[in-house]
Amino acid sequence: MSSPTPAHDDVVHSESFLRSLMRRQLSLSIACAATFLVALLGMPLLNYFAPALMATRVAGFTLSWLILGVLFFPFVWIISYIFIKRSLRLEEDEVKDVRR
Amino acid sequence: MTTPLALLGGVDPWIFGFSFLTVAVTLWMGFRSAKTSKTASDFFVAGRSVSVGWNASAISGEYLSAASFMGVAGMVMSSGYDALWYPVCYACGYLFLLLFIAGPLRRFGAYTIPDFAEGRFDSPLFRKIAVCFVLFIGFFYTMPQMKGAGVTLAYIFPGLPYWVGVVVVGAVITLNVALGGMKGITLVQAVQYWIKLFAISVPIFVLMAVVGFYNTQIGANLAPGETVPAVSSIERKPLVEKAPKDTAWIAPFGPLTTKAVTAAANALPAEQRADFLAEHQKPYSLLYTYSLIIALVCGTAGLPHILVRFYTNPDGVAAKKTTMWVMILIGVFYVFPPVFGVIGRNLLPELYSGVGAKGTDKIVLELPTLIGAKYGVVGSILSGITCAGAFAAFMSTFSGLLVSMTGALAHDVYGRMLRPQSRPAERMAAFKVAAVLIGGVAVTLGCFVEPLEINFMVGQAFAIAAASYFPLLFMSVWWRGMTMKGAAAGMLTGGLCALGAAALTNLGTLALDKGPMGKVFAGFAPLNGFWAQHPLLRILCEQPAIWTVPLAITLMVVVSKATSAQVPADIRMKMLVLHAPEKLGLKQEYIQEQQAGAGH
Repeated sequence: MSSPTPAHDDVVHSESFLRSLMRRQLSLSIACAATFLVALLGMPLLNYFAPALMATRVAGFTLSWLILGVLFFPFVWIISYIFIKRSLRLEEDEVKDVRR
Repeated sequence: MTTPLALLGGVDPWIFGFSFLTVAVTLWMGFRSAKTSKTASDFFVAGRSVSVGWNASAISGEYLSAASFMGVAGMVMSSGYDALWYPVCYACGYLFLLLFIAGPLRRFGAYTIPDFAEGRFDSPLFRKIAVCFVLFIGFFYTMPQMKGAGVTLAYIFPGLPYWVGVVVVGAVITLNVALGGMKGITLVQAVQYWIKLFAISVPIFVLMAVVGFYNTQIGANLAPGETVPAVSSIERKPLVEKAPKDTAWIAPFGPLTTKAVTAAANALPAEQRADFLAEHQKPYSLLYTYSLIIALVCGTAGLPHILVRFYTNPDGVAAKKTTMWVMILIGVFYVFPPVFGVIGRNLLPELYSGVGAKGTDKIVLELPTLIGAKYGVVGSILSGITCAGAFAAFMSTFSGLLVSMTGALAHDVYGRMLRPQSRPAERMAAFKVAAVLIGGVAVTLGCFVEPLEINFMVGQAFAIAAASYFPLLFMSVWWRGMTMKGAAAGMLTGGLCALGAAALTNLGTLALDKGPMGKVFAGFAPLNGFWAQHPLLRILCEQPAIWTVPLAITLMVVVSKATSAQVPADIRMKMLVLHAPEKLGLKQEYIQEQQAGAGH
């Protein structure tokens, strides 16, 4: 970690910098969380309103079992991979903005 | 009482050998690293120098407890589809941790959650409140680990009473922690993750190759609307009377989530039952499912023994990368335990009639022996491997819990409240005394919980974490208007409501037990009569997260608004430290300001 450099103190400590910082990161987090929650909270609803569809056999599994017991894990890995890539890029942008 | 020698008569040498080896290696690593961990910082957070790969393995090793290794399989076997929510949410809860909490928390930099609570609100009082929940959540989490220990030892030594296993394993791990600290445990936990993954995957692949794969085993069960099963090549053993029917087991809204409504229906006159079930069963079951999901997803993001590990990452970027690797490591693991439950239902249905240590919770240990009929000693070897995995599971989680609870007691209660002037040597002694104390309480509690399902108890610990630490962390990180009073009011009310609800549920279940525990807790039997009248209240008590989490967050907002004058003065700086990239070096500046402020 580098030591604080007083030259850009004003930008870093300004209210607007903090606001944009938190807003950019939070909106990324919320977008990822929303994708995840739609799938997670949608599953019980599908089970509730479309039981026949979810009981369809797919290679021996019921559709519902296949999604929840197997496919859900890679789905979450994809979301987390996208999040990390974007959030690290966001951090680099923030550093660049300040240093400019 | 049988003599020790007679006990050894029924012991399979392979099963005993593998288990013994796991315990011996764990202890050896603990003692060896005890020599290298000297300072207090080494003990508490491993000197903050753990790489992403090691740390992710260690977090996964610590997280995969007896509930994941034995409990999930047992619950899938006993309850079917609904139990799948547990492994899915155990793994996916980390996403919330990653999205909202992991990075900021690590940037803020503090040894423990109580450290964070104090630093964020400049309030030593709040630290004391936060410490209590390390202990509450920890004790709820250690009970199922102790049951796992009791079940496994009762399986290895067929004549051994349940409680002996609890006491022996509890004593061994407590000793290990008292002498090794966390530096040892990071290495031990990382190795134990790989032991557990090996122990759950290898036996199940061998088993599936012999008796039929996951999909065909599920296909042998009738789904709703079918008259013949999708797969007829599997030779199933006839189900016993206590086992749920195929269609209820394989479909959502099965025996786990409809238990309360079924109990209420049974209390009604026979002619009203069908109507009552048709009206209430599915809606209440949906409510149960959502409450369970909230508890597990939010709870994962608030477990003290997991959060403390994020401080061993060198920076916020590493913390995020670690979290992603943890999700991959535990996601791979969680595909396997349900397979044991599914095959167990088809091939070992006699476990449905067993109770306590002889019930479905031991399916992971016993299932591999089925191969023995065809391939002789291979069955024993594979069963030995799963037993070794079970040891790795409850030993690693219990050690991790013990470290964070002992840390809270030694670092917070002793080092900061009772004797702030104590010397490092005294603190090290306090750590050891605290470890023995907490280990003793955990073992005592563990002796009482034989009738409760392992996985269910862990779910309760998650529900408490979800209503206390999760709202605290989430709101403190993202909302600058939060005050100490708001945080304390929300966390205390939400957490204590969840704690009370969980305790009531367990007391009611223990009163139903037909064994000795039923007599001890007979006084709570009227609770079950009350719940039979009010199934909705029973569900809200059994799965409280759906009301305790919103309650905690609402209280935090309302009380913080009412006390908005007390928002810490340097809140903008705190928020910058939480959210700004570390390259800007705000943390050092913040520390310098704090020290300058303290000097005046």
